[in-house]
Amino acid sequence: MKKFVIGVYVENKYGVLARISGMIMRKAFNIDSIASGMTNDDAFSRITITLRGEDYHCDQLIQQLKKLHNVKSVDVLNKDDCVEREMMLIKVKNSPYNRTEVMAAAEIYRGKIFDYSVDSLCVEVTGEPAKINAFIDIMKPLGILEIVRTGTVAMERSRVLADPTEDTPHSKI
Amino acid sequence: MDNKMMSGAQIVIETLIEQGVTDVFGYPGGQVLNIYDELYKASDRINHYLTAHEQGASHAADGYARATGKVGVVIATSGPGATNLVTGIATAMLDSIPMVAITGNVPTSLIGKDSFQEINITGITLPITKHNYFVTDVRELADTIREAFQLAKSGRPGPVLVDVPKDVQVALCEFEKQGIVAPFPNKKVSDWRIEKAIEMINNSQRPYFYIGGGAVAANVGREIMELAEKCDAYMGCTLMGLSATPTDHERFLGMEGMHGHFASTMANSKADLIIGIGVRFSDRATGNTSTYCKDAKIIQLDCDRSEINKNINVDLALVGDLKYSLSEILKGVKSRNLPQWDAQVKECLAKEQAIADRAAALAGDRLTPAQVFDIINELKSEDSVVATDVGQHQMWSAQYLRFDKPRKFASSGGLGTMGYGLGAALGAQVASGERSILITGDGSFGMNLNELATATSYNIPTTIVLMNNGVLGMVRQWQTLFYGKRYSNTILDRKTDFVKLADAFGLQGERVSTAEDFRAAFARSLKADGPYLIEVAIDADEFVLPIVPPGGSMSDLITSKEDAAK
Repeated sequence: MKKFVIGVYVENKYGVLARISGMIMRKAFNIDSIASGMTNDDAFSRITITLRGEDYHCDQLIQQLKKLHNVKSVDVLNKDDCVEREMMLIKVKNSPYNRTEVMAAAEIYRGKIFDYSVDSLCVEVTGEPAKINAFIDIMKPLGILEIVRTGTVAMERSRVLADPTEDTPHSKI
Repeated sequence: MDNKMMSGAQIVIETLIEQGVTDVFGYPGGQVLNIYDELYKASDRINHYLTAHEQGASHAADGYARATGKVGVVIATSGPGATNLVTGIATAMLDSIPMVAITGNVPTSLIGKDSFQEINITGITLPITKHNYFVTDVRELADTIREAFQLAKSGRPGPVLVDVPKDVQVALCEFEKQGIVAPFPNKKVSDWRIEKAIEMINNSQRPYFYIGGGAVAANVGREIMELAEKCDAYMGCTLMGLSATPTDHERFLGMEGMHGHFASTMANSKADLIIGIGVRFSDRATGNTSTYCKDAKIIQLDCDRSEINKNINVDLALVGDLKYSLSEILKGVKSRNLPQWDAQVKECLAKEQAIADRAAALAGDRLTPAQVFDIINELKSEDSVVATDVGQHQMWSAQYLRFDKPRKFASSGGLGTMGYGLGAALGAQVASGERSILITGDGSFGMNLNELATATSYNIPTTIVLMNNGVLGMVRQWQTLFYGKRYSNTILDRKTDFVKLADAFGLQGERVSTAEDFRAAFARSLKADGPYLIEVAIDADEFVLPIVPPGGSMSDLITSKEDAAK
């Protein structure tokens, strides 16, 4: 199984997220995450979908997305030129031992401790999903109380995403 | 032009009229009272057909669209009215039929509060519409309905739903009449793809055109025929592709697939080049996809890119305007004779004839489906739309019916909706003005026979051929073949007297059991003023043959009951 990161521009219209998530459900695509947020244009949101599957699934997901009326463009992000980020807020038990462990880990992972109370410590960590998972593994023995993750957002470094319309003999089929 | 202030309900009706709608089907209710009030006032400009049930109305709008290519329109109230449309909308979605459904809903202030007859119909129909709208501002209403029409008929057609809350129907807004919206044009395929297709066809020794519903929608029957004649190819079709080309064309072999003709199914499996036109390579047509035409090259022409490589991997895809692609290919292909291919197909046709002759000989004096359809073909007008329900009678219809003109066959292919036919037959008659014919079975007919009331209320000329075998024949056939003759819940043995039923609803009806009687009854029905029901007694053990067993390959085709028993 391969992993694909797909960037989607959608119109901010009634039910657009339900249209996309519903289509993913009924066509039985296997996704790891879906993250949506505003863009520089109020009329559009950018959605990042991470998909697990074969090339066939990726092609089908793209084509099915393109059929949705509110979807304006769909792109598969080039893995070699792509920055993937996810943010996590994690709450762990506070204790004299935990305190030093969490602070050390947070420093190494460039996390931020944003809340400190008698019972708990809250850390904000940003990075690739693998880094987030690694941080969770370190926190596990300390007693995780709560986790919130945003899901992956991604952007290509150089290319500005737009609908590729060029059709040449080198196109796959 | 002076812009008038109008209520949302009036805007709904004025926009429908503006979009060229002359007939709508529907059922009133609490949250569409305002729309029905405007229909009343506009009754000299737009006809409304009241059905017995919203499902019937949705199938009628579907039949109307299939018969004409125009967008079918259905109106229903909120809650149960809207949910009753669901099967009809799904039927249209699976068969790519242009439809606009307009539903009322509770006022926006009551939305989300489980109000009386409130249902989230946009949520429910999300997976079975091309798109749907929940209109919250009367100023967006007219443009939303226009966009709904545009989407319904653009590209691959399909149903679109517009949900209009009551307060939006009441609110006032200026309305400016506009023209009929044109569909978005399909793009033209790149030259290199046309050239590649021409090259593949010119190099093929056994070319075969596999025609689907997309060919009916794009009206490319003539182009396909000319192309087949020029490059000496044969043609077959899917259920949805029937009537795209005249069935009596010498190069047309009929429907293929699970219950397809022997010759077309065999020709498809023997071809070295399959040219699929507006098909999705459905499981009913391909059988086991891992063995489907594995030695042949495949070209697929469609306007929907997502159909490419979905079910079958193809060698070349031409996504875009079918008429353009086929006309361009026609210009470039060499005129050829392929005598070897001819001989191979003729052999298949001879075998098919032998199978039919043997079946006829074995039938003896019994009235067979083949005889029923021979009589229908002989007597029916070439302008009549034939609608069907779903089951054995549907497959016999697909195998035996003959068509000269496109858009004369209305059948639920993708969803396989039992109960589709009567509504569709009524809608098709309203659309075409010609007597329509419904072929149905006792199982399917039992699902929505309430629409007989609609047929008589409007005195809609339609001939209902009810093939009564007292069983759910298609399911029972599978039980015979694959479930050890354990007839679980397929023997209806109902006490319904269909002639009396027809009488009760106010239409003529008769029961026949011989070919001569059927011929006379069918002829009488064609001369009748309104709807007419003919119940035809069919043997419960009559099979649809050939059959490709589930999961089997097209070459595993079973052609006789004796072979099936093995």
